[in-house]
Amino acid sequence: MSDPFLKVRGLTAAFTTRGRDVQVLNGLDFDMAAGEAIGIVGESGSGKSVTARALMQLAPEGSSIRLGGSVTFQGQDLLQYSERQMQTLRGSQIAMVFQDPMTSLNPTMTVGAQIDDMLRRHKGLSARPARDRTVELLERVGIHNARRRADDHPHQFSGGMRQRVMIAMAISCDPALLIADEPTTALDVTVQAQILRLLLQLREDLGMALMLITHDFGVIAGMVERVMVMYRGDIVETGPVERIFDAPEHLYTRALLAAVPRLDAPEAKP
Amino acid sequence: MSDTDFVTDDDAPLPQRRKAANGDRWMVGLGLAMLALMLILTLLGPLIAPYDPSMTSPNSLAPASAQHWLGTDSIGRDILSRLIIGGRTTLLITVVAVCLALAAGLVLGLTAGYIGGAVDQVIMRVLDVIFAFPVFLLAIAVVAALGPTVPNLILTIAIVYTPILARVVRAPVLSVKSWDHVEAARSVGVSEFRLVTRHILPLAISPILVQVSLTLANTIFTVTALSFLGLGPPPPDPNWGGMLAEARQFMELAPLTVIAPAGAIVFATLTFIVLANGLREMLDVAGKR
Repeated sequence: MSDPFLKVRGLTAAFTTRGRDVQVLNGLDFDMAAGEAIGIVGESGSGKSVTARALMQLAPEGSSIRLGGSVTFQGQDLLQYSERQMQTLRGSQIAMVFQDPMTSLNPTMTVGAQIDDMLRRHKGLSARPARDRTVELLERVGIHNARRRADDHPHQFSGGMRQRVMIAMAISCDPALLIADEPTTALDVTVQAQILRLLLQLREDLGMALMLITHDFGVIAGMVERVMVMYRGDIVETGPVERIFDAPEHLYTRALLAAVPRLDAPEAKP
Repeated sequence: MSDTDFVTDDDAPLPQRRKAANGDRWMVGLGLAMLALMLILTLLGPLIAPYDPSMTSPNSLAPASAQHWLGTDSIGRDILSRLIIGGRTTLLITVVAVCLALAAGLVLGLTAGYIGGAVDQVIMRVLDVIFAFPVFLLAIAVVAALGPTVPNLILTIAIVYTPILARVVRAPVLSVKSWDHVEAARSVGVSEFRLVTRHILPLAISPILVQVSLTLANTIFTVTALSFLGLGPPPPDPNWGGMLAEARQFMELAPLTVIAPAGAIVFATLTFIVLANGLREMLDVAGKR
């Protein structure tokens, strides 16, 4: 077998805050196959989001992150890429959907213009074809009257609608890998289900790989094939989703599962 | 606007707050109307001015009359015409200088704010050195060194006001750059230049607008003050500060010779202050910072 789609070896990440080094990823190893859906679960601070950002080399603003190890994506080591090369890759090869759709869109630009911009940059489309494609994308993620709505600003959309817009933007350039970082945490439960269904549908239609980051086991259950459980910067357990649910091996995974409130089981003992 | 005012405003019931917002818009409207009047007078100056501003007549220090609405000066030139034409020079220097200062302030402030770190430190410390001088003293020094011509005046004023604008640009950039939508934009491959110009600057614009308006007011004052001291555009071209200086000795004989240019200076300065205050209220700058 040739190189896997995504091969991560010994990925480390460290921040420097107030002169002190903080290691947040302690050498992760994992692979992803093309088109595979994988879930990353863990508590706050376990390193799930940093893992996603490390793949895209996005450091939280005002901090500098030092990455080590290797991230081989479609045969290329991304850690060797220059910032300019990464800019071309972001959005076109790997795209990301963020947690809070309320703040993740530029409030001063219409949603259409924000998607147009991406298409013009990555696909080299001119204004009109870009707008046509934008409308198509908005329709695809379930926004009615897309041609008219494209000229609306983010504040004219509800939270769920904005997340749909974010998803439309993320898939606009047919990325091979979509990273969804807690895409439903900021949404109502009913809207959560819709958004998850949409992600699932798009993944199937477009054949892209999906990395779903969450702290909510309920979210990943029907969504992914494989789960990685993270704890304090390490992957403590990885396996098919059914096995993780039915027979968690690691103590931490069991604790995490027990932390999910259930209707059908007696109160979990600690 | 003090903090206490803002708090009471915020606690007020909704209808009152809406009324306050209308009041702010009204203030911006007044400022814009005053600005429009000034622009019309200056742009159409040569067409409107009743006399050649440099034409002398034996009828010196005349009081207001039907021929000379604002009287004449010590060598019989029509004061109204000189005001209108003189305003052109003053406003030209002001506007061009502030545009230059704004351009420099934007480049320096955005660079310092966005890149941060050592670059930020170097830029801001150099600007602090300029900032440390009293504006007027620095302006006198530069004009005296370079010579009082219009381009030199423009350059001087631009240099003097760049640090203030750069600071006002930098401060909101520092906070806006860490907002979610900037990271989201970065995650879809937006280039750094577009990130700064389209995703950061538009959200940082309110305090900049207010400061530009205030700087225009200050600049008019500085330009006329320099002219008053004889460091303005050389005669015989009229300018407000120069008119004031010439007329000073005849103040008791012909009060209008002083009152007219002084009034023009007050009007122009007030225009931008009204505009700045209106914008500040309307855009809620105090609340955002």
